[in-house]
Amino acid sequence: MRADLDIIQEWIPAGSRVLDLGCGDGDLLYWLRENKQVTGYGLEIDPKQIANCVDKGINVIEQDLDQGLGNFASNSFDVVVMTQSLQALRYPDKVLREMLRVGRTCIITFPNFAHWRCRWYLATKGRMPVSEFLPYTWYNTPNIHFCTFRDFEALCREMQVSVRDHLAVDHQHRDSLISRLWPNLMGEIGIYRVSGPAHAE
Amino acid sequence: MPTAYPEDSVGLVTPQQLHFSEPLELACGRSLADYTLVYETYGTLNADRSNAVLVCHALSGHHHAAGYHSAEDRKPGWWDSCIGPGKAVDTRKFFVVSLNNLGGCNGSTGPASHNPQTGQPFGADFPVVTVEDWVHSQARLADALGIAQWAAVIGGSLGGMQAMQWAISYPERIRHCMAIASAPALSAQNIAFNEVARQAILTDPQYHDGHFIAKGVIPKRGLMLARMVGHITYLSDDSMGEKFGHRRKNEQLNFDVHSVEFQVESYLRYQGQEFSERFDANTYLLMTKALDYFDPAGKYDGDLTRTLADVQADFCVISFTTDWRFSPARSREIADALIAAQKNVCYLEIDAPQGHDAFLIPIPRYIQAFSSYMNRITF
Repeated sequence: MRADLDIIQEWIPAGSRVLDLGCGDGDLLYWLRENKQVTGYGLEIDPKQIANCVDKGINVIEQDLDQGLGNFASNSFDVVVMTQSLQALRYPDKVLREMLRVGRTCIITFPNFAHWRCRWYLATKGRMPVSEFLPYTWYNTPNIHFCTFRDFEALCREMQVSVRDHLAVDHQHRDSLISRLWPNLMGEIGIYRVSGPAHAE
Repeated sequence: MPTAYPEDSVGLVTPQQLHFSEPLELACGRSLADYTLVYETYGTLNADRSNAVLVCHALSGHHHAAGYHSAEDRKPGWWDSCIGPGKAVDTRKFFVVSLNNLGGCNGSTGPASHNPQTGQPFGADFPVVTVEDWVHSQARLADALGIAQWAAVIGGSLGGMQAMQWAISYPERIRHCMAIASAPALSAQNIAFNEVARQAILTDPQYHDGHFIAKGVIPKRGLMLARMVGHITYLSDDSMGEKFGHRRKNEQLNFDVHSVEFQVESYLRYQGQEFSERFDANTYLLMTKALDYFDPAGKYDGDLTRTLADVQADFCVISFTTDWRFSPARSREIADALIAAQKNVCYLEIDAPQGHDAFLIPIPRYIQAFSSYMNRITF
């Protein structure tokens, strides 16, 4: 399983109901089903990934996150997960609000645009950062809403969302002392566990 | 003499029939004292009878879903693209049962059958049958074939409604339900189209209040019109545009309202003509009524989630983007209700230009998903 999913699964209690937004090939839901008796659904729009989910017997629903989660009842899931999709959404704030409505807890991962390599690239070249990890150029990137850890945390404060857990890792999802000390500078990917005002513990 | 059929074809098939002499109580309050169901089977039933798949047909369908009836057959069964060795419904793995529904005109008891009470064909006296009635009759067929539980019940359009009804009426007798290009109930627009079709038949002077067989005629014009209007709704604007566009049969305009000038007119007339020669008008009326009446949530104040509460089957719901007869939004209603009822469901929206007819067409992504889903069924 992908390294970030391995971190995420630790935050998902056994037997819970999970909604995975942008579930990809269904790896997380499959692992959770096999190992933690988790039930749930994955939303995906990529036909190839959907086919992979069907092969694995994952409950996959073809649905575009930008259309919202209006078809899911409030508080109908224990955990709503969204990995590496926040920056590709048209309305990330609205989707975040929807996630918090549908689930008690939300786990979100996204790339940190304030990572030192991005800063260095922009500062020295004066151009939008392109890397092995984020290989797109500005005009063809699906990532239309990059943000930094501080940006995301500011949005959370604005929306009265409490951050329960937070991990800054490198692009191979390794945790290090340096990224703990200066997450917004040294962390490449942020993994957040948040809950809305209604579910403040 | 062996004849060569395609390798992925079930080959030569022979329809079978079973007679049921126990009366069947119908939703309309009447009952059928006895009746016959015509069906075909493909593949082999395994020792513990756990690999059976029921295929339910749509409005104008019948039992002949796959293979050929004779070496001279120009075309195979109506769903041959999906049923056969190595196909989505792999007949090397599954034992497939496909029947002609009650009220049909392809061999099962229907309006053209002999009414023992009058000695005449039933005609318009044949009771109005519902999707639920069909499912109950199919359950008796399953009993007769020794099938306690279907590995899957699958169908497109009206066939998908039957698959859904199976999951609701006999939750313990179906493990997987595949509803393709279907809907939880018709929309007002759907019913409206059906009503136009019915009026075309009912107002045909040759209809004779449904007793046209006794008069030795058929309401050909009415059936033809019914099929023409129906056919338009099975295609998308794009697919019709691509097929016919504004193309004419001849360069010259005739300035005449009677002649066939556009290719689309010619196509529709051909379709209508061909259909009117092979389909029973009363059956057409019954099938459209069965569609109109289908509304399993009706018993639950329109709450589809509650309707599906006792369902045990895993669902696969598939829709097609350009299907405006049974639009993706209608399939999503089914998927959403299943999610709310905490059932297992996969929902796929296949990008396809062919409209409602897409469910009969071997579109690569559709076939791949269909195959994947069927492959994961274990027994």
